[in-house]
Formats: sequence, C-alpha cells, structure tokens
Amino acid sequence: MTGATIAEPREYLQAQMRWRWGEIAFWLATLLPFVITPDYLLLASQIAIAGLFVLSLDLILGFAGIVSLGHAAYFGIGAYTAGLLSKWGWGEPLSGLLLAACAAGAFGYLTSFIISRFRHLPLIMITLGIGLLLQEAANSASWLTGGFDGLQGIHTWPIAGRFRFDLYGYAAYAYALTVLFVIFLGARLLIHSPFGLALRGIRDNSLRMRAIGAPTHAHIRTIFTIAAMFAGIAGAILAQTTETVSLEVLGFQRSADVLVMLILGGTGRLYGGLLGAIVYMVARDQFSGLNPQYWYFWIGLLLIAVVVIVPNGLLGGLSLLTRRARAAPP
Amino acid sequence: MPPIFGVLFDGVAYGTLLFLLSVGLSVTLGMMNFINLAHCSFAMLGGYVTVTLMNGLGWAFFATLPAAFIAAAAASVGLERVFFRRFYNASDLEQCLLTIGIVFVSIAAAAYIYGTDQQPVQLPAFLRGSIQFAGLNFAAYRLFLIAVAVLITVVLVATLETTRFGAQVRAAVNNQRMARGLGIDVDTLFAITFALGSGLAGLGGALAIDLVGLDPSFAFTYLIYVLIVVSVGGLGSIGGSFAAAMLLGVGDIAGKYYVPAIGSILIYLVMTVLITLRPTGIFGRR
Amino acid sequence: MTASALAVRGISKRFGSLIVAADIDLALPLGARYALIGPNGAGKTTLINLMTGMLRPDAGQILLGGEDVTTLAPEQRVRRGLARTYQINSLFPRLTVLESVALAVCERRRVAQTFWRRLPAYREEIDEARQILGVLMLDVVCHRPARELAYGQQRLLEIALALASRPRVLLLDEPAAGVPRDESKELFAAIGGLSHDITVLFIEHDMELVFRFAARVIVMVGGSILVEGTPAEIASDPQVHAVYLGKRERG
Repeated sequence: MTGATIAEPREYLQAQMRWRWGEIAFWLATLLPFVITPDYLLLASQIAIAGLFVLSLDLILGFAGIVSLGHAAYFGIGAYTAGLLSKWGWGEPLSGLLLAACAAGAFGYLTSFIISRFRHLPLIMITLGIGLLLQEAANSASWLTGGFDGLQGIHTWPIAGRFRFDLYGYAAYAYALTVLFVIFLGARLLIHSPFGLALRGIRDNSLRMRAIGAPTHAHIRTIFTIAAMFAGIAGAILAQTTETVSLEVLGFQRSADVLVMLILGGTGRLYGGLLGAIVYMVARDQFSGLNPQYWYFWIGLLLIAVVVIVPNGLLGGLSLLTRRARAAPP
Repeated sequence: MPPIFGVLFDGVAYGTLLFLLSVGLSVTLGMMNFINLAHCSFAMLGGYVTVTLMNGLGWAFFATLPAAFIAAAAASVGLERVFFRRFYNASDLEQCLLTIGIVFVSIAAAAYIYGTDQQPVQLPAFLRGSIQFAGLNFAAYRLFLIAVAVLITVVLVATLETTRFGAQVRAAVNNQRMARGLGIDVDTLFAITFALGSGLAGLGGALAIDLVGLDPSFAFTYLIYVLIVVSVGGLGSIGGSFAAAMLLGVGDIAGKYYVPAIGSILIYLVMTVLITLRPTGIFGRR
Repeated sequence: MTASALAVRGISKRFGSLIVAADIDLALPLGARYALIGPNGAGKTTLINLMTGMLRPDAGQILLGGEDVTTLAPEQRVRRGLARTYQINSLFPRLTVLESVALAVCERRRVAQTFWRRLPAYREEIDEARQILGVLMLDVVCHRPARELAYGQQRLLEIALALASRPRVLLLDEPAAGVPRDESKELFAAIGGLSHDITVLFIEHDMELVFRFAARVIVMVGGSILVEGTPAEIASDPQVHAVYLGKRERG
C-alpha cells in the first residue's frame, strides 16, 4: 500500500476536468446536420432548444437534487417575453434573449426563496403548483398571451442584421446551436467550480452541508436562478425561430417531457441530458404520425423500463458497461 | 334561499368524493413515504370496471361498486408485488417517474379500449332526480354520495381506533422503525393498507362517473386534486384528508360559480401558499 | 473570568410527553477534554443536536465562547467555531475524500459560491484539505469516493470534515462506534492528536477511549445529568454502576 504514489490533487482534478475526445467528437457531430441532413435542420434546431432546456433542468435536478415538476414555467416565461417583445415591435433576437433571460431569471429568483426551503413531497407539490398556476394565469390573461390561440405577429429580425431566418432552418439551427454551445461552456465551468462541488454536496447530503457551515438555501437560490435563466433563453429561442408561442410552452406536458429526456439520458452528467433530448426528439419525429395517446403509452413503458433497468439513464448504463469491460479479465 | 346553499351542498358532495379518492394515498404515503402518482389510475380502473359491467354485462349499479373496489385493490396488489416494493427506499425522483410511467400507460390503455369520450352510466331510478327541501333542489345522487362517504369514514375511523389492525396502522404511520421494533410486520401491513386504499380509490372512481364524468384523462386530472388534498391535509391523517377534501371541494365549486375566470388560479395559489406555510399539512406531524 | 468554550444553561426539550432534556446545565472550559456517557436513550445525541441547532430547545440558552447562539441556525454556529461528527456516518457518498474535505474548506473560506473559476485554481484550499487528510492518514485514499472506504476510514473522514471548518469546539458523537479493533488505532491517534486549542466533548460507550482521553466525565440519564467527575471518580461511583450496566462493555 505504501508503494503507491498518490496523484497530486491539483493535477488529478485538472485531469478530471480536461476535455475528452468523446466530447470534442460530440460537438463536431452537431455540425453534421448542416451537411448530411439539411432537410432536418428545423428538427435539429428543435433538438438544440430541447437540449438547452434539459441542461437547465439537469443543473437543478442532477446536480442539486431538486425535483421539479414545473420547470416549464421558466421556459414559458422566456418564450412569452421574447414573443411579446417581438410582437410589440422589437424583433432583434439577441436583445430578446437577454430580456427573456432576465424575466425568467427574476421569476426563478423569486420562487427560489420558497423552493429552497423544501424537499420531498412539499417540494414536488410546490413546483407543480407554480407551474399549474402560471399556466392558468396565462390562459386567463388571454389579452396578453393570446390565450388558446397563442401569440400572433411575431417577426424576428435577422441576427446581427445579416442572417435571416429562412424556411430551411440554416440560420435557426446555427443560432440555437451556438447559444446552446456557449451556455454549455458556462455550465461545464460551473460544475467544475467550487460551487459545482457544493451543489453535489447538497445533492448527496444536504444535512451534512449545513453541518460544515454551508449556506445551502443561498446556494440553491443561486443555481435555481441560473437554471431559470437558461430555461428562459431556450424558450426565447423557440419563440424567435418558430415565430409562434402558445400555452403549451408553460404546460405540464412540457415539464414532464423534459423530465423524461433527462432521465432517459442520465442525470448529473450534462451530456446525459443532451443525449436524452436527441433520442427523445428524434423518436418523436419518427413516430409523429402516431396517435398522441399511443405515443404516451410507449413513453410510459420507456419511463418504467428506464427506472427499473437503467436508473442512471443511457449514459449511466454506458459508463457502467465500459467500466465492466475494462475490469473484465482478458 | 340564496344560491350559496346550493353551492355549499354541491361543494360538500364533491368534497366527499375527493375524500374517498384521497384517503388511501394519504395513509400509504404517511406509512411508507412511497410517492404513488398512479393512485388515480386505480380510481379510473374502478370507474371503467363499473362502466363495463353495467353497459356491457347489464349489472345493476350497486352490484358494480364492490366489483370496482375489488378490481382496483387486486390491480394494486399486483403492481405492488411486481414493482413498487422494490422502490420503497428509492429516491423521490425514481418513485415519481415510475408511477408517472404507469399513469401514461393506463391513460393510453383506457383510450385504446374505451375511446376518449365520456362514458355514459344509467343510475337506478331512485338516484336520479332530486329532493325538494326548503326551496332548494338537492340532487338525490349527491345525497347518496355524501351518505356513502360518511358511512365509509365512520367505518375507517372505527377500524383505526378500535381494532388491533387499526392500532398497528397508526403505529406504523407514526414511527415505522419503532413499529418494526415492536414486532409489527410493517411490510404485510402496508400491502394490506395499500390494497384497501387503492380499492377505496376504485370505489371513488366508480362513484365519480355520474358526478364529474369518466374519460381517460381522469387518471391525471384528479391526481392533481388528490395530491392537493393529501399535501394540504397532512400525510397519514384521515381527519386532515377529510378537512382538506371539503375545503377543496367547496372552494372549487364556489370558485367556478362566483369567479369562473380565476377559479383554478385561486386553488393553485392557495395550495402553494398553504404548503409553504405548513409543509406537513394542516393536520400533519413533524 | 474567561467564558467557557461552550455552555448550556437550563436547556429543556420535550416531544409530547417524552422529556428528552430536563433543565441541563453544562460548561466546557477552554481546551477541555470531556466525555459524555450514559445508557441508550439518555438523551446524549439529543443534547448534541440542541447544541448544534438541529433541534430548537423549549427553554434555556446555549453560549458559544460567551456569545448567545440559541437562536442561530446550524450553519451560523459552524461559522462561529462549533463542529460535530455523527454517530452514523453522514458523508457525501459520491464525492471523493479529497473533494469532501476541500468542499468543507471552501465553505469555511467562503469561496464555495464562486462558479466562474475551476476548483484546481484554489491552491490554498486544496493544500489545506490535503494536509488535514495527511494528519488523519487518509491521503492514500483521497481520490476514492467516500462510499468505497472501509468503515474505520469513513469514521476518520467524519472527523476530517469537522476539522476542516477549524472549530474551536468539537462535538464527537461516538467516534469509535462500529469500528473494528484493528482499525481503531488510527482513530485513537487522530483523537489524541487533536490540538489543545480545540475544546472536545465526545459521547462514547467505549470506556477505553474515555479513560485515555477524557479529563472529566459527565453521566447523563433520562434527559438530565446524573453526576460529573474525573474518570476514576465516575468508575467507582455506585450510582453510576447501578444505572449504567456497561462498565466493562465496549459499546
């Protein structure tokens, strides 16, 4: 035992945080739709939007352990903010993103004061309640939101004055992918920071966190606000690229879908959520001819299968397999 | 007489239905902390059993009620053995997702078998119509519903307070570890309680058909209401469930009558505020 | 007259009709090594929970270094120098040993809320964590997840986490509980090696530990303090013998 040399802590940690080949390959692969499947660029931009939304949920659920059944609230606020801004005459996309992030972030900050104080069933009920509340409010305020018909009259200006959103989706996908990548870089930095470590501590044992003097409530408020901003940005991109916003952006369906995507791919790994989003959205597109009820039958079965067989999702299962393969005798 | 009495009566009737649907979940959540979001799928099953027996096989309404109870109880025993019991110590998230998956499957199955329309049900003659009293119409079916709920509440409370089984249930809800330490077979106790609670939900689903209708979305729509009752009333508390169910029933009907535009908003707002102020519910422990 | 490192005055707590703390008075002088013993259910862990703020007392005061901390939240008491360990390991299962202690150090130095710099940039915090682990002989396993450690090493990690917050007062709840005899050497060394700037109160059933490290012993029964004295006095006290059967047990 004493013969072993211990890897120097800082070097070891730095090595853990290096960019892996798989990651680089992944991001290079995201450029493929431009070349290989240009007919599917609109779908690709939808996947990028979903990926950003799942990323924001992973930050609070996979890293801090907050189970939210109402995360679509922040997505929806971002979507409506960007949509309304455009409808009222200002269609510049980047400033729309910024405003949407602020609006969703503000609401996230306010609600985080309540959410940070609870766990288990009360937390689930409160997140559900906030989501349902917002959905009903948006429904009632049809003078603002357009109600069931949704917002009309959204027109997004070209990005930086040059790149127009066309029917083929080049600009849309480039826009969504760029924003996703930039935010991903930020999220990746966050989880490798001391704050990221603190979040994992809260997820693993929030009582012990308090016993080492950690202000757990303040930490949760911070990550929740950040996650709300990211969700709002995703919603805004949806509004800007599809030029429509309807009530379903706030709905429970959307909150449930994003949970499924995250669980499918695996929580707490960032890439898990992205993978889950890709698989789910592609599958949904392939089966889009199917009656929506039957779609939910298969999703239900999938959820049960994932929870029972691979609770750590596809990425979790994959890493388990690779670990076993490495440990297997030659 | 002012319409408020009519609203109150309807609200109370609705509240008793919500109580029947919720009480099982409250007790089982209080005992095992297992978040069973599929609870209303059992209720929906009970409803569809009644529909099938009555419309398909010509059974009398009253005869279908015990069948609804038994079918739901049996289904819950099956699911508990196969799935749930492996997840009692799993995380909240896993329990939620597992049971949400079951809800999705049940809704899709119901839609496939029965279609998405409301199911019609022919009540026996004496339950249709209404009774006139002090210038108001009291729907006979609602009176029947209230009577059934009161009867069941009395039986429940009597069982809990006077029988040995009831004492064991109360002990297990109060402190599971200590109950095990006293030699109480908590696992079997839970299986029985779970079956009874789901059976009651099934009965509630059957009784709900004439009051609120039955279609495949029932499993989800009423899940929200049941969760509100259980969270606000307090886990493991029958009295709490009853009070919360009444509050919600009257509140929902009154809201829809007096302020229809913001009725639902008020419900969700009040629920969120109440849970924030008293996370263990009105009558909850700890 | 210097204030005690930690003092409780008139602390009472009940759960319904069950009295878990009955008007307790206790004072730990600076640098003390006190042991708290008593039969199971006497309320020892409850007292620790009351001192750290995880439980709110019905009556009484808690004074840390002369300052009244009775209304402060647990995190705030930790910041003022009060730390504890748990009888049943309460660790971060998926974090590595180094990460766990580094986290505690970062929280103490108030850098845990920075999300724009990566952890390796925090040299001092990591070095300090490494140093704490070195003293407790845990540096060989510093990159393993906490849940993969041997039980004795997990108990040491418990202490490491508490030490990372640089406490002035350390409350150890049965540090040797469940540790096999062949792993307890490091544990004893760790406890013996604690700086005399730190005031230590430990709950123990293991009389060997009590006799080796405690200058004074407090006996608790049924929520109140029965008697206080040196280990020799307590060992020969007939009252203690009568009430507490485990005079030769290791707990």
